[in-house]
This record gives sequence, C-alpha cells and structure tokens, in this order.
Amino acid sequence: MTDIIKLTAAEIAEKIASGELTAVQVTEAHLARIDAVDEKVHAFLHVDREGALAQAREVDAKRARGEKLGPLAGVPLALKDIFTTKGIPTTVGSKILEGWIPPYDATLTKRLKDADVVILGKTNMDEFAMGSSTENSAYGPTGNPWDLTKIPGGSGGGSSAALAAYQAPLAIGTDTGGSIRQPAAVTGTVGVKPTYGAVSRYGMVAFSSSLDQGGPCARTVLDAALLHEVIAGHDPMDSTSIDAPVPPVVEAARNGSVAGMRVGVVKQFRGEGYQAGVLQRFDESVELLKELGAEIVELDCPSFDLALAAYYLIAPSECSSNLARFDGLRYGLRAGDDGTRSAEDVTALTREAGFGPEVKRRVMLGTYALSSGYYDAYYGSAQKVRTLITRDFEKAFEQVDVIVSPTTPTTAFAIGERADDPMAMYLADLCTIPTNLAGNAAMSLPCGLAPEDNLPVGLQIIAPALKDDRLYKVGAAVEAAFTARWGHHLLEEAPSL
Amino acid sequence: MTVTELVSYEDALASYDPVMGLEVHVELGTKTKMFCGCSTELGADPNTQTCPVCLGMPGALPVVNAIGVESAIKIGLALNCEIAEWCRFARKNYFYPDMPKNFQTSQYDEPIAFNGYLDVQLEDGEVFRVEIERAHMEEDTGKSTHVGGATGRIHGAQHSLLDYNRAGIPLIEIVTKPIEGAGERAPEVAKAYVAELRELIKALGVSEARMEMGQMRCDVNLSLRPHGREKFGTRSETKNVNSLRSVERAVRFEVQRHASVLSAGGTIIQETRHFHEEDGSTTSGRIKEEAEDYRYFPEPDLVPVAPSREWVEELRGTLPELPRVRRNRLREQWGVTEHDMQSILNAGAVDLIVATTEAGADSAAARKWWMGELARSANESGTDLAALPITPAQVARVAALVAEGSLNDKLARQVIEGVLAGEGGPDEVVEKRGLKVVSDDSALGAAVDEAIAANAAIADKIRAGKVAAAGALVGAVMKATRGQADAARVRELILERLGVEG
Repeated sequence: MTDIIKLTAAEIAEKIASGELTAVQVTEAHLARIDAVDEKVHAFLHVDREGALAQAREVDAKRARGEKLGPLAGVPLALKDIFTTKGIPTTVGSKILEGWIPPYDATLTKRLKDADVVILGKTNMDEFAMGSSTENSAYGPTGNPWDLTKIPGGSGGGSSAALAAYQAPLAIGTDTGGSIRQPAAVTGTVGVKPTYGAVSRYGMVAFSSSLDQGGPCARTVLDAALLHEVIAGHDPMDSTSIDAPVPPVVEAARNGSVAGMRVGVVKQFRGEGYQAGVLQRFDESVELLKELGAEIVELDCPSFDLALAAYYLIAPSECSSNLARFDGLRYGLRAGDDGTRSAEDVTALTREAGFGPEVKRRVMLGTYALSSGYYDAYYGSAQKVRTLITRDFEKAFEQVDVIVSPTTPTTAFAIGERADDPMAMYLADLCTIPTNLAGNAAMSLPCGLAPEDNLPVGLQIIAPALKDDRLYKVGAAVEAAFTARWGHHLLEEAPSL
Repeated sequence: MTVTELVSYEDALASYDPVMGLEVHVELGTKTKMFCGCSTELGADPNTQTCPVCLGMPGALPVVNAIGVESAIKIGLALNCEIAEWCRFARKNYFYPDMPKNFQTSQYDEPIAFNGYLDVQLEDGEVFRVEIERAHMEEDTGKSTHVGGATGRIHGAQHSLLDYNRAGIPLIEIVTKPIEGAGERAPEVAKAYVAELRELIKALGVSEARMEMGQMRCDVNLSLRPHGREKFGTRSETKNVNSLRSVERAVRFEVQRHASVLSAGGTIIQETRHFHEEDGSTTSGRIKEEAEDYRYFPEPDLVPVAPSREWVEELRGTLPELPRVRRNRLREQWGVTEHDMQSILNAGAVDLIVATTEAGADSAAARKWWMGELARSANESGTDLAALPITPAQVARVAALVAEGSLNDKLARQVIEGVLAGEGGPDEVVEKRGLKVVSDDSALGAAVDEAIAANAAIADKIRAGKVAAAGALVGAVMKATRGQADAARVRELILERLGVEG
C-alpha cells in the first residue's frame, strides 16, 4: 500500500493503463491513507468514498472493455471545496453553506470526471478562500504534514496537505492572491496558478472574480502539467475564459530546460520581512539556474510595492458584491427564521451566524471601498495600480522569459501565530499577489528546506500571460537538478505521520 | 394631503413650469434570458424557468445574450443615439429578495446607447422633440407576491412568494433628458412619448411592448419650478405607471400635487410614489432623502461589449421606417386629417388598413370598413380590431365586390356580418345568403338616371324631402322598362341616387 501512495500521478496512470494496478486498488490505497492520517492532518472536509470507488470501478470496466483511457484515468484527486460537485456537499469552508448540496457540477468538476480522474473528496480551505493559513475555515484548521503544529498555507491548505501527506497524488486549488502557490511552498509541493481565464471559473464559488483562478496542485512538475491539460481550455459558460488552445504544458514538463533563457530577478521581491533561510535557498536557486545555462537579469518593478494595498481594495470590493447572495433565502444556512422576523432580519442573523470574522472584515472593507464618495479614492486608485503593475510586468517580459522569486517571505508559521494579526497574515502573499493583479501565470515548486527550521521553501516562477508552458519548462529543469542534487524528492525528508 | 385639497391643473400651470424625466423599461422578446439559456416564455409555473445562473447559485456565471445586445443597439439607433464603441456591464448592489444575486447586472456610466432623441407628434400634429439621455441593458428581477398584508406590499405581509421565472429576462432602460418646455401639454407629451416609444419598439420587432403584460413599464419623474427660474425643483418619482392613460394622469396629478405643496409654502420631498389606477392619484412610497448607494462597479464576470462599427451600420441598414414617418406618409397617401389618423392609430387599424390596400382595396374603402363596421363590431365584442375573425384579404374582397357593383353597402355589411359569424369567406356568404344584387341592376340604374334627367323638377322636390313624389319617377321607370322592374328596388335606387333616406 505504501508503495501505491508514493507513486506520482504519471506513474499511477501508466500502471493502470498497463494493468499492473487497478483503479480500485489505487483508490482503496488512498482512502486507507486518508483513514490512517486525516484525523491528524484534517485535509478533507468530505470524503466521497462511494463516489470515488464507483468512478474507479468504471475506469477498470472501461479498460476491460478495451476502451482508450485518458492520461490521468484512475488517478485519485483531492478537490478544493470551492468547486461545486453535483450531489456532494460544497461548503467553501463556510458555515453559511453547511448542508448545501449543489444541483450542478462546476465545469472543472465535469472535466475531471470526463477524464476519469477519481475525486476522493473535498478539501479544507480558508472560508471563501480568504486567508493564508486555512485557519479561517469554519471547520477547523489543517495541519502541515511537515509539522502538524504549523499551517499548511492557505487558502488551499487542505489540498496542499493532502498531497504532502500522500492522501492524494493530485489536487485542485484556486489562487486569488496566492492560495495555490503559498500552500505549495510551505508544504514542499508544486502548485500552478495558470493565466487568468485558462481554467473555467464556472461552478467555482467566487471570492474576487477578476483575480480568482483555479489550477493544478501535485508533487511533481509533470503531474501538475498533466492535470493542467485536463482542466484548462475554453468554456462558453465563463465569459472570461480564454478562447485559445491550451499551451503545450505537458510537452514542456517532459523537456525541462533553461539553457539560453533569460531569467529575471526583481529587486522588490526581497528585503525586510524575508526569512534568511528563504533568501538563502532562493539565491541558491538563482545560482542553479545560472549553472543550467540561464542568463540572470536584475529587474526593477517599482509598482510591485503597491500590490498588496491594491489587492486589499480590489479583492474585498468584489467579494462584498459576490457574497451578497448568501442571504439565507434560497440555499444554505438560514438563522432566526421563527416566523415573526422580516426577510432582512433573517438575512442579517444568517450572515452573523454564517460568516466568520475574516469574511465579515473583507465584506465591510469592500462595501466601504465601493461607497459613493470613496470609490475613486479606493477602488478607482487600486485599479490604476493594477494597470501600473501590468505595465511593469510587460516591461519586464521584454527583457526576460520568466521571473523568479521566493514564493512566500517565510516558511510555514505556527497555527495561531498570526491568527489575530491580519496584517501579518496578509504579508504571506507579498510575492504572489502581483501576478494575480496582472493576470499572468506562476508556479511554486520546492527549492529546499530553510536551515533555521527545516521547513520547505518555495521557488516562484512567473511567466507572461498565455505562456504557461514556460513555467513547466523551467520548473521541470529546476526540479530535475534539485532532485539529482538531493538524491530524492524533497518530501522524502518530511517526518512520517 | 388629500385629493380634494389639490389646486386645479390650470392654477398649477399659471404659476409653475413642469419638468419631466421618463424612464421606460422594455422587456425584450428574446427567446432566452439575458445571461443564461432559460426560456422567457410568459405564463409558466413559478420557478420552472430557472437555472443556477438566474437563481444566483454559488459559482454560477453570466454569459451575455447576443440578441439582447443587438436589440439594444437597434433601439439605440432608432432613437438617434450614438452607439458605444466599448462599454461594460456594471453591478448595481442592493438587497431585495426577488433579486437572486442581491445585485442587478446593469450598465452604469457606460451605456450601450446615449445622446439621442425621439420626435413625438401630439394630437394636433405638433411635433415635440424628446431628448434621450441613454438606453442601457440590464436584467429583470424575479416577482414577489406578498401575502397577508393589507396593501399587497412587503410591509406588513405575513409571508412572500418568490417566482424567479422573470429573473434575468433582458430589459432595456430608456431614460430621457429632462423634458422642459412642454408647459400645460406635459401630460400629453408624456403620453405621446410613451406611445411613440411603444410603436417604435414594436416596429423594430424587439418586443411586443404590451404594457398590460408588464413588458413595458414607465417611471415618471416630475418637478415644478416657478416660471422664469432655471433651476429645477425637487422631483418625485412615480413608479410603475403602466398604461398610456395612466402616464398622462400621473403627470397631471403630480403637477397638481407639487403645485399644492409649493403654493402652501411647503417643500417637495424627494421620494418614490405609487400610482393608483382607481382614482389617478399617487401616494408616498419610499423616501429617497439619503440617496441609496448602489456601489456600482464594473461587472468582473463579463467582458466588455464592443460592437464593431460594421455591425452597427449593418443593423442601421435593417431598421424599419420609423412609426411617425410611416404614419405621416400614409396620412398623406390616404389624404386624411391628423385627427383621423390619430383615431386610426388609436383603433390599432394602421397595419390592417395597409394590409387591406395591399390586397387590392383602395385606401378609402379599406378605411371605411375597418373604422366603420368592423370598429363597431370590435367595440361591441370588446376585442382588438386585429383579433376579429376577418382578414384584410377578406375585407379587400368585400370592397372589390362593392366596386364592381355586385354588392351595395347594405349588402356588403351583411356579408361582413356573415364572415364575422363564421359563415365562411365573402363569396361563400354571398352565395349562402343569396345576397347578390339582381344582375340587371345596372340596366335599372340607367333607366332611373334617364327618368331623373327627364323629370328634373320632380327630382328636386324629392331632394328637398318630398319623398312621396318618388312615385311619379317610379312610374316613369316602370314605363321605360315595360313593367319588368322590381318597383321596390326601383324606388330604393331613385332615393339612393338622390341622396334621400327612404
């Protein structure tokens, strides 16, 4: 069993296709792993044992009938609880949707099912994807498999923890300000935020519509690419979906190389607040890139210093409108409806009981920022900053093919450490937010352990919009070099649970 | 303030100038909703035409209905508006249970069409230009039925029933610039504007614009200012005034009410008001003292709408003749007065008369039948003219039979009566009822004409009213036809020719 759960998605698919393993065996092995460790890790909010096994049996039946199987057929996956799943609870980590059973599948969910990817269950997350630690989940925190007293990142901490704890070889995340990349960084896994519009948002519960982007999470660059190819592509149900072919990500992941590439290092992505061990591993990564034949270019992107401030106006503004629909009238929680209260009172009581403090804080921030008389100063200015950041990226990409940075300024912090200090929490996304504001693509992959705490450090690779394949080309080269240097995958160094 | 305390309309106008702003919502007749594929068919069971998108389910996203955009552009062009080269949808954030997302997807400072005008013709033919501020696209809300309250409004209700079938149906909101200078004709101008707009929308084929079905709804903004003052007074907004007559009455009432308040030294409160069909009055709704803050911002789930100039010009090329232009053309062709044309319009007979002439009748005959016998019949049965069980082609056939002399008017009326009674087409009715005028009627006619010519003095007496003198002429005709004519018919013909009632 241990062997199966340590396999990569690519290996599992190959073994199922060749008949060496059945999809049911693979699914059972992962369900057993979840049974064994999830009480400690708490990566999952809902495990769909029956559904997963039924899907696995179907894959085996297809194979027996001689039907052609997709490249990830029978591979188990942990789905962030932000994508709707027909007939399976979807909570977005919030009490306000407790008990809601969606009547429809998200486009991404449908694509996974169509590709015969086995959905094990729904993973924990910060409520409505607002947070960097998964502590904002209404259903309790998730532990980092490297050290269960540490956060697994957020908002997609359930997905990153499930990968690091070998509960699933693949997972889905969503990234509004870093919610795929930061969890990947602090758990020693791989996470990709594709170009905005690459993966359909239809059925992905909205936090901040202009920033939200679903993407693949895995333990290897190739696995992420295989998943990327399954979930990306135009969707007529999402008006912001890109109507263009998916970049050749799998091919890039199979042919990792940085030889002759120009790699940018941005001045603004270091300084105060960065952990020494994080910077040390990052600098080593830059050295490695040079050794592998890349040319390093220093870049100045002054507007990046404003990114965090702009983000905390745009994201709350959009969320204040997106979350208005949760009023207790049509679905989810309804509080205080004793037959005497007005609809408005019931809505107020429902929101009071159903939303957590961080959600309330952001709804209030956003409501204020959009108010007449404040709109220009706040939302309007933030949009201008967004344009400046996009221009800085455009200028940068005239000089370089990709940009690299630490994914997050520090390694995983302790659960509870920043829970009462929103500003400290927000700083976790310092390096990831500019990409969301500009809409281009980025990846985080492991680049070693910080010497001071032996916790994983993430290397962020940023590519221009629509050039997602570059992430995989560079990522695969870095991954191969590090694996060769360490003699194993970084996760091998994690303590066993 | 009660109705009895109102100053008279004339007194109000003696002191004040009315300024109006009209906001008209038109439900487009697209097959599917503005942002999803649900049907827009009216009359379905509650909540059967819904999906995750129009119910605002978590995760659902809108997609713009291209026909909706096309209709908006057509309306904009017909209203002489500029069409935006690039515009966005915006979210209008407010809470109401029949609005599933608690924001309405609308347009804010970037409407699809802006800066236009509509020329409307008043009953006496005067043309009044109403300037158009903008026309923008948005979605309708669901429908609330408040149960258990006294007023049918949410306040005081025991519970409310929500039907989301209407939620997401495309709407075009057309907003005028302030309408100044209408003076005492303000109510008439308002009515004529809404009527003209309705005709225009129908002519464009983008909506049936049936006000009684809620497919077209009007909000009336009105303020008064003393003569000579430039600054507008405080306005009231009377919501959901849903018939042409009500538009006229609402303006009139608000002019009188404002004048009453202002003359008594009071101040008008900026508020929304409800219109009451029963007595034409309005009552206070929600006070707009603190202007509601809708927190508009560009809708991030939709991409901008950027209609190419080629497309806009292509659509301009498909625009039908504007109703007013067409009416004036027909009026001239038909040689009728403004007033008669207005009656024809009010009767809903324009298209029927046109179709009848296209089927071969001359316009005078077509008008005579539709505005005479058929209008009477429609009136009696309380139906629309167009709903009568007779076609323009059938009316044209009746007219042709009259023209060729096979029928006289009296017989023709009987034929029409038969067609309306379902006895078949005009020829069938003639056949079954044996209504054909005797074949030698034309021969009789010649004899009658000769007798009249030969007995001019007697004819004059008859014309003067001495009907009894007709006997002498009948005798002359009987003599001329060697007694083979039907004397009664001859008498009829004589009186008919001399224009006297038997």
